[in-house]
Amino acid sequence: MALYSEKVMDHFRNPRNVGTIENADGVGEVGNAKCGDIMKIYLKIRDGVIEDVKFETFGCGSAIASSSMATELIKGKPVSEAMALTNKAVSEALDGLPAHKLHCSVLAEEAIKAALKDYYDRQGVAYDPAQFPDCAHCEGCGR
Amino acid sequence: MKIYADNAATTKMSRTAVDAMLPYMDEIYGNPSSLYTFGQRAREALEDARGRIAACLGCEARELTFTSGGSEADNQAIRSAAALGARKGKRHIVSTAFEHHAVLHTLKRLEGEGFAVTLLDVYENGLVTPEQVRAAIRPDTCLVSVMYANNEIGTVQPVSEIGAVCREAGVLFHTDAVQAAGHLPIDVGPQNIDLLSLSAHKFHGPKGIGALYARRGVALTNLIEGGAQERGRRAGTENLPAIVGMAAALEESCAHLTENAVRISALRDRLIAGLAEIPHSVLNGDPAKRLPGNVNFCFEGIEGESLLLLLDDKGICASSGSACTSGSLDPSHVLLAIGRPHEIAHGSLRLTIGEETTEEEVEYLIEAVQDAVSYLRSMSPVWRDLENGKATHII
Repeated sequence: MALYSEKVMDHFRNPRNVGTIENADGVGEVGNAKCGDIMKIYLKIRDGVIEDVKFETFGCGSAIASSSMATELIKGKPVSEAMALTNKAVSEALDGLPAHKLHCSVLAEEAIKAALKDYYDRQGVAYDPAQFPDCAHCEGCGR
Repeated sequence: MKIYADNAATTKMSRTAVDAMLPYMDEIYGNPSSLYTFGQRAREALEDARGRIAACLGCEARELTFTSGGSEADNQAIRSAAALGARKGKRHIVSTAFEHHAVLHTLKRLEGEGFAVTLLDVYENGLVTPEQVRAAIRPDTCLVSVMYANNEIGTVQPVSEIGAVCREAGVLFHTDAVQAAGHLPIDVGPQNIDLLSLSAHKFHGPKGIGALYARRGVALTNLIEGGAQERGRRAGTENLPAIVGMAAALEESCAHLTENAVRISALRDRLIAGLAEIPHSVLNGDPAKRLPGNVNFCFEGIEGESLLLLLDDKGICASSGSACTSGSLDPSHVLLAIGRPHEIAHGSLRLTIGEETTEEEVEYLIEAVQDAVSYLRSMSPVWRDLENGKATHII
């Protein structure tokens, strides 16, 4: 059996939405190079809808595939729907990830949310900070 | 195109080894411990193989014990030396920070049993010096264990000189020669080696078989209790086909050792030169004092697992010391030991070429790695920050 599903390999080999956005409305970066993965998400938002999204990722195959899938899942969606994105939705859309790679989908969710938080901050929109998890749960960081 | 560049992980069995083994699977399948003639034919083959392996190592046949592989040999060598030391109240062991886990985890276990362990630092070039060993030996030291050649970065340690230091101090010297056997000359006498581990599948022999050399007079401790096979030092019916295959493979490798080393080293140096053209890359381990087939690089701004996947798509079998490939949070302990920071160690690539590698393959490898690294850097936020000056290049 292969390490990854065909879906993961497809998104790894042909990642969607790679790149950056000039004058993005929200930018989020999570992870730590020490731990081996960093994801950066750029958002263009018009009338409460995610008009465009791009990502850059330093990490393993599943990190790249998770970023790609996460951007696909929120592109063209209202901000409220993007806020509801879960790591589970990302891993399920990829037909699953190996157990020790699930943190990649968590990182993808957190990257999207970090970019949305940045958008809210820039817009002066009030929010509940509890909606935005950080990667403090990852024991690999903060060494 | 399929390019196998992971010979440090395992090697393809040689035709000679396969052919040597076959009769011991279907025709001469008797148990070497059986009294009747059919069993004794197997016994003769077993002892013939032992003698031929001994000749390759410069030892006596009786000084060799067959094991299930390199890990078991390492475990038994260290356990045995520790037991001998403990009898004299000597409970200190010297080793290095970049040994194979078969050594390091055994030492960890012994620490829990009251032994003190000194792990020598390795310098950035991945070499330990005899002076370091001399300085670390204490009155209660019972064993020094230093690998002959490192499995990740391929650096070749000065085993003869380290052995001499140990001999002078009256301390047993073990070397894990799993990566060296069949690739570098071994002569246990002049090299002052008391205990040596090897594994057949690293030199085109079968998997699941290895050997432990223990100089006459160095008593081995049993890890596996049972019958009296291997003169009571390792119970269990001998894996005769594998043992015969190991002997054939080692003889063949040793017969062509020098010519192989010359040819493969030249390909290795071309590969190193080609990969060194990649900006912000660094060769891990000494450029000259390394195994003929070992190339190990770190590339800044990328992660090793994604590099391996891209290379796999191009038919290339390689390995990495990235945490993502090990299933742990930390990258390779070897790369950390030579001082590579975590973020650099994650971007490592090991290519280990062999007898079958061609010049065309080396050129293909260079191009494939250059392309894959550029591609991964083009989507890496770490690389972007390095390139636009927001972060500083480390290498």
